[in-house]
Amino acid sequence: MKEIDLMIIGGGPAGLSAAKVALEAGLKVMIVDRNMSLGGQLIKQTHKFFGSEKQYAKTRGFDIAKRLIDKLAVHKDNLEICLETTAVGLYKDYVVTTLQGETYTKYRSKSIIIATGASEKVLAFENNDLPGVYGAGAVQTLMNLYGVIPGKKALMVGSGNIGLIVSYQMMQAGIEVLAIVEAAPKIGGYKVHAAKIRRLGVPIHTSTTVKRAVGKDQVEAVVTVELDEKWKEIPGTEKTYETDIVCISVGLSPLHQLLSMAEIEMRYIPELGGLVPIVDEFNETSMEKVFVCGDVIGVEEASSAMVEGSLAGLIAAKRLGKEHPEHEARLDDYLKQLSDLRNGPFGIKTRVGLKKLRGVGDAR
Amino acid sequence: MSDKDIIICRCEDITREDIRKCMERGFITFEDLKRQLRVGMGPCQGQTCSELIKRELADFLGEKPDVINTHKTRPLVIGVKLKSIKAGVDNES
Repeated sequence: MKEIDLMIIGGGPAGLSAAKVALEAGLKVMIVDRNMSLGGQLIKQTHKFFGSEKQYAKTRGFDIAKRLIDKLAVHKDNLEICLETTAVGLYKDYVVTTLQGETYTKYRSKSIIIATGASEKVLAFENNDLPGVYGAGAVQTLMNLYGVIPGKKALMVGSGNIGLIVSYQMMQAGIEVLAIVEAAPKIGGYKVHAAKIRRLGVPIHTSTTVKRAVGKDQVEAVVTVELDEKWKEIPGTEKTYETDIVCISVGLSPLHQLLSMAEIEMRYIPELGGLVPIVDEFNETSMEKVFVCGDVIGVEEASSAMVEGSLAGLIAAKRLGKEHPEHEARLDDYLKQLSDLRNGPFGIKTRVGLKKLRGVGDAR
Repeated sequence: MSDKDIIICRCEDITREDIRKCMERGFITFEDLKRQLRVGMGPCQGQTCSELIKRELADFLGEKPDVINTHKTRPLVIGVKLKSIKAGVDNES
C-alpha cells in the first residue's frame, strides 16, 4: 500500500486551492480527479465571475482554472496529479482506493481532503428519458468544451444562476431559447443575469414547471403547466412549445458517497443541497483529519469553494505538524472572506444551512 | 399523467409506476425499494435518483422528503472489475 501525507479528491476550484496552500506549507500532496483535466466545472465556464479580486472576479471561469493550475507548477516536486482516476473507496483506517482505467490502487493517507463537488438534480416528468432532455451541465460541456450545438430551440427549466447563464450561452451559440420556466414563485438567480435574458426577449415564467416532453425518438415539443401556491398543477394552464432541447437546471446535490461509506456523520440539509457531513468551523468531519471543501459541503459558487479549499489546505497542514508560515493571518483572512461572501441576500440559504448543520447535535 | 412514462431510476430503468406499485405492496422505505427494484444500485449508485425516490416515498407517506432516510452507501463508488481488485492486491506484495 502506498503511504502519502495528503490526498485531495477532486481537482476543481476547491481541491486546487487546497493543494496550493498545503504545498506552500511543505506537505507532499496527491490530487486525484476523474476527469481528463484539472479545473472541475470551471473549464466550461466562459463567463466572467463576480466576487472580489481575491476570488478572481472579472475573470472567465476557464481562465481561473488555468491560473489555479499554473500556481501549482512551482511545487511540482511535491505534487502528484492522477487524472482520469476515480477515488472509489474511503475507509475508516484512512485507506483510499482508486481506479484508473482498470488499475485499482490502494493508498493510506494521513489526511484527506474531499472536494468531490456536486452533481445535477433531475426532474420526474413524462418522457424524461427522451433524447433531447439535457442537464444544463451537459449542454454547457457540449457547447463550451467540445463546440457541439445540442439542438436548435430550447426550453430552460430552472432560473437559478446556472439556468440563466446557460440560457445566455445557448443564445451565444445560436440556439433559440423559447422561455425559462421556474417552479418557484420568483427567479432564483441574480437579477443582473435575469435582466440580461429578459432584455434579449426571453420570457421567464415563474410558478411554472415542465409537465411532459413529447416526441417519438427525440424531443419534438414540451408541455409546461402553472403551479399554485401549494406547488400543485393548475389544470387548463398547459402550454406547448415546439423545441428539440429541454434543459434541466434545478439545482445540485453534493457527491457524498465517499463520506457516507466511511460512516462519517452526515445530515440531510435541503439548504445545502442534500446529504452533507457534519463539520466543525474549519470543515473537519467526524473522521479526524478528513476535511471537506466546495460543493460537497453545500452547493455554492466557485468563489466560496476556492476559499474553503484554501482553508482546508491550511488546517490539514497544521494538523499534520507543518504549519503554514502565515497560518494565523491566512486563517483570519479565509474566514473573513467566507463570511463576506455569504453576507448578502444570496448567502442566506448557505447561512441557514450551515446553522442547521453546526447548530444542532454534536456538531463538534 | 402516465406514471409508466416517468423514469425515476434511469440506471435500472425503474418508472414511477414501478415505485408506486411497490409502495402499495407495503415496501415503504428506501432500503425496501432498493431490495425490490434495485433502485440506487446501478452505475450512479443513487446519486441521480435518490432525491426523486425520497419525494415519492414522502408523497406516499404524507411526510416531508427531509425525514425520509437515504439508502446506505457502500463501497465502491462505481463499478470495479474483480480482476482489477485482484491485480491490485497482487501488486501489493
